[in-house]
Amino acid sequence: MADVNITVDGKKVTAPAGTLLIEACKSVGIEVPSFCYYPGLSLQGACRMCLVKIEKIPKLQTACTTVISEGMTVTTTSDEVRQARKSMVELLLGNHPLDCPVCDAGGECELQDMTFAYGAAESKYMEAKNHKDEQQWSPVVYFDRPRCILCYRCVRVCGEGMDVWALGVQNRGVVSIIAPNKEDHLECEECGMCIDICPVGALTSGAYRYKTRPWEMKHVGTICTHCGDGCKTTLGVRRSDTGMEIVRGDNRDKSGINGDFLCIKGRYAFDFADSAERLNQPLIRKEGRLTPSTWEEAFELVGKHFAEIRDKEGGQAIGVIGSNRTTNEENYLLSKFARVVLKTNNLDHHRTADFPAFVAALTGKLDITASMRDVFNAPAILLIGNNPTDQHPLLGWQIRNNVRLHRARLYVINTLPIKLRRQAANFTQIPAGTEGKVAAFLAGQDSVAEALASESTSRENWIALRDKLRGEQNLIIIFGSEIRGNDIEVLVKFGSAIPGAKFVCLGDYANSRGAADMGLYPDLLPGYHRVADNGKFHREWGGIPTTPGLNLPQMVDAAKAGKLQALYVVGSNPIGRFGIDPFAFSKSFVVVQDMFLTETALMADVVLPAANAYEKSGTFTNTCDDLQLIKKAGEVTDTKTDFEMIVRIADAMGFDVRKLVHFGGGGTRADMGQSRGAQSGEADQHGVWLEAHGLEPKMSPFDPMAILDEIQRLVPGYDVSRMNLLAGNDQHTNLAGSGPSTLHNPELIVPANDGLFSSGTLGRYSRTLNSVIENRHREPAETEVAAD
Amino acid sequence: MTFSDQFESRFAEMLSHYPTKRSVLVPTLLYAQDEVGYLSQEVIAELAQRLDLTELEVRNVISYYSMLTTKPRGKYNLQVCTNISCMLRGAEEIFDWCRQRLDIDHKGTTADGLFSLEEVECIGACSWAPAMQVNYDFHENLTVEKMDTILDEYKNRGMQ
Repeated sequence: MADVNITVDGKKVTAPAGTLLIEACKSVGIEVPSFCYYPGLSLQGACRMCLVKIEKIPKLQTACTTVISEGMTVTTTSDEVRQARKSMVELLLGNHPLDCPVCDAGGECELQDMTFAYGAAESKYMEAKNHKDEQQWSPVVYFDRPRCILCYRCVRVCGEGMDVWALGVQNRGVVSIIAPNKEDHLECEECGMCIDICPVGALTSGAYRYKTRPWEMKHVGTICTHCGDGCKTTLGVRRSDTGMEIVRGDNRDKSGINGDFLCIKGRYAFDFADSAERLNQPLIRKEGRLTPSTWEEAFELVGKHFAEIRDKEGGQAIGVIGSNRTTNEENYLLSKFARVVLKTNNLDHHRTADFPAFVAALTGKLDITASMRDVFNAPAILLIGNNPTDQHPLLGWQIRNNVRLHRARLYVINTLPIKLRRQAANFTQIPAGTEGKVAAFLAGQDSVAEALASESTSRENWIALRDKLRGEQNLIIIFGSEIRGNDIEVLVKFGSAIPGAKFVCLGDYANSRGAADMGLYPDLLPGYHRVADNGKFHREWGGIPTTPGLNLPQMVDAAKAGKLQALYVVGSNPIGRFGIDPFAFSKSFVVVQDMFLTETALMADVVLPAANAYEKSGTFTNTCDDLQLIKKAGEVTDTKTDFEMIVRIADAMGFDVRKLVHFGGGGTRADMGQSRGAQSGEADQHGVWLEAHGLEPKMSPFDPMAILDEIQRLVPGYDVSRMNLLAGNDQHTNLAGSGPSTLHNPELIVPANDGLFSSGTLGRYSRTLNSVIENRHREPAETEVAAD
Repeated sequence: MTFSDQFESRFAEMLSHYPTKRSVLVPTLLYAQDEVGYLSQEVIAELAQRLDLTELEVRNVISYYSMLTTKPRGKYNLQVCTNISCMLRGAEEIFDWCRQRLDIDHKGTTADGLFSLEEVECIGACSWAPAMQVNYDFHENLTVEKMDTILDEYKNRGMQ
């Protein structure tokens, strides 16, 4: 759009036509105060804090609703404007309780800040304040009516942003109030967006209220550990009896791919971390019972058994099951540990999407996966399967708001009338299990059209839909785990014919993508390299077995037959998740690393208490291939990271850990590079940055950055800017160089089926999620309690 | 729920008057209130469903307009204006007189369900102040004596 020139406080400002005056002022560093204006939401013009003087207009104008026009001359600092702001603050404070000393928002309240900056010290109002008692609207949402300044941000974010429409405004004038949809309580997605967007303390969080003050917490920006979307969440932590306790999660600084968006899990469900059932000492089975022991005894025992079994029976007698919630570094390390130290390819994890088939289909195609940011900006999106509102809340938010703000065309094909159909230009309901047929039809196989045709969607409708999709450009094709194996290749074939088309393959857990990329497969190494091909990992890692190992069901069979003598489970609960007979592994020596005594841990010989993703550093890859840094926020004494435990078990087996983790000297970037000449500058910056962000550059075998070096060097697509990554920016990885990968039995994929209020094992131990589920008077469905 | 044929024909007629469905809400609420007496939960749910709105949205609109109510009212709703013109001509006396005679307060309803009372803002009858609106009928240049006659008349009509 053409540029428009205006003058603000004597400064020349140039901005595209259509820019709001408040934004134009912001672009040159002139702050115009406001409460109701919020970027990305509809305009309200309710608070009148942003009044400015525009030449030739007699009355003051609201900068948030005025679009700039050529030659406009604006004053934001005159006495008249200052007096107007002062009066507005005085009005807002007229019935505001000024209970700042006990208000959750105290210290980070916009009304406090505005009063400090623009307000008057005295008020002309003598009237008694009108008090109303606080109301609880849901387990997590409280409303303090007198504190509300009626900016309507909550109403708009709930309706426009979330498409929930659970909040409204009732009455009129001075008696106006914000009202929940069920008269005295809320029935909604409990995302808490209304709480975080509230400029004052009118809406407060059940999980955080009256617990602490904002300045008493340390704020750590890290990545949410629940679903596969990879939202940035800023965790507020403070010291507690057992280390560091997480008291709050939000993303008010709008950093990260999610802006200020978080769902209920990101915002409240960090509380599994301080569950009373958390394991905090190693357990060893003695005389049939799991008995508390010491770390030394546990590692010694595990090391001795693993080494003995490997030496006597060979690596094929040992099985390893990895996790979807451990970091890339831990997954890579586990993959390497299994192959190099245990000498086995019997390695698997809970698969929730067919990433190997996806990679195989993408071979040789550059720049063909979409990042989470792309989803917000694409002109058109095709969604097949999945229900992002429940399973990928951020993805749902991106799609919804892309449609709302950029008028993207959304095509939804699903077996159920999912909520996103309300944003869709075209919604097509299909019979369960026919997603593969849809892919075939789109790719040009007209013969399946008959099978897809229904009363609501005729053969002609299907052909019209395909023609419309073929006419799109830069289409993003998002598909759920319903599409697997060959169907993925077929779908990619269809998409590749569309100029600029990109893909997203949806997986369920926080680092499912990382688990796959780092090779937690019996036949695939990191980067989807086949174990059978004598490639670079064979050279780098040394002699590793080249025969594909056993997958999870095969390991169960081998254990039952007495052939699997040891099983090493890292952050996974296969017995609970897959309904495996708990006694299947009774003949094996089982070691489990977990936070809780899961069904799998219960029958283990050694249980090692693990730290979760909020308690460690490393990287996660989200379902859109965005690589992000996770930072240590919380801490629970006497737990260890999976990374450290893997290294210590290797050490206890008598393995030289320097061959596993290239720490300290020895020519990797993690040595800070002081000895590496030309590149030392870059590495030194890395060191400075680490220190500034509280990531102490430990020159130890437990430093995940040493493995990140190796990942960046060896795993295709991961060679992103280290500086940007460490600075907390998302870095899109490129799968093009991966592979050649291989096709697996599609039945090995078991979707997590987590909804908005469940999160596998983590959800089971989250008070908040449970209280919300109970409050909805709904028995948790079976799918909501299991998982890893 | 079912409405009268008259309501249905009005509703159908209204739909053709506006470009969007939701615009029909305000007139429809008035028709429904006239028919049912007040806007019950049942009415709210029905209209929300017909107009593709949430019940919350319907409630928001109802709460904005003082002539709409979600609680049952008396058969005759006395709306006494006490804005400036009426006040200067003795509206407060009229209102107080109503309170005493009917033994109810602002927004109250008599036990026999015949009368309810409301103190309202300007009803646009300043030239004939003080004024009062009873359902859709206006009564002007009120005095206490005149009020007696008016109320008796309504009472008689209501008893029939």
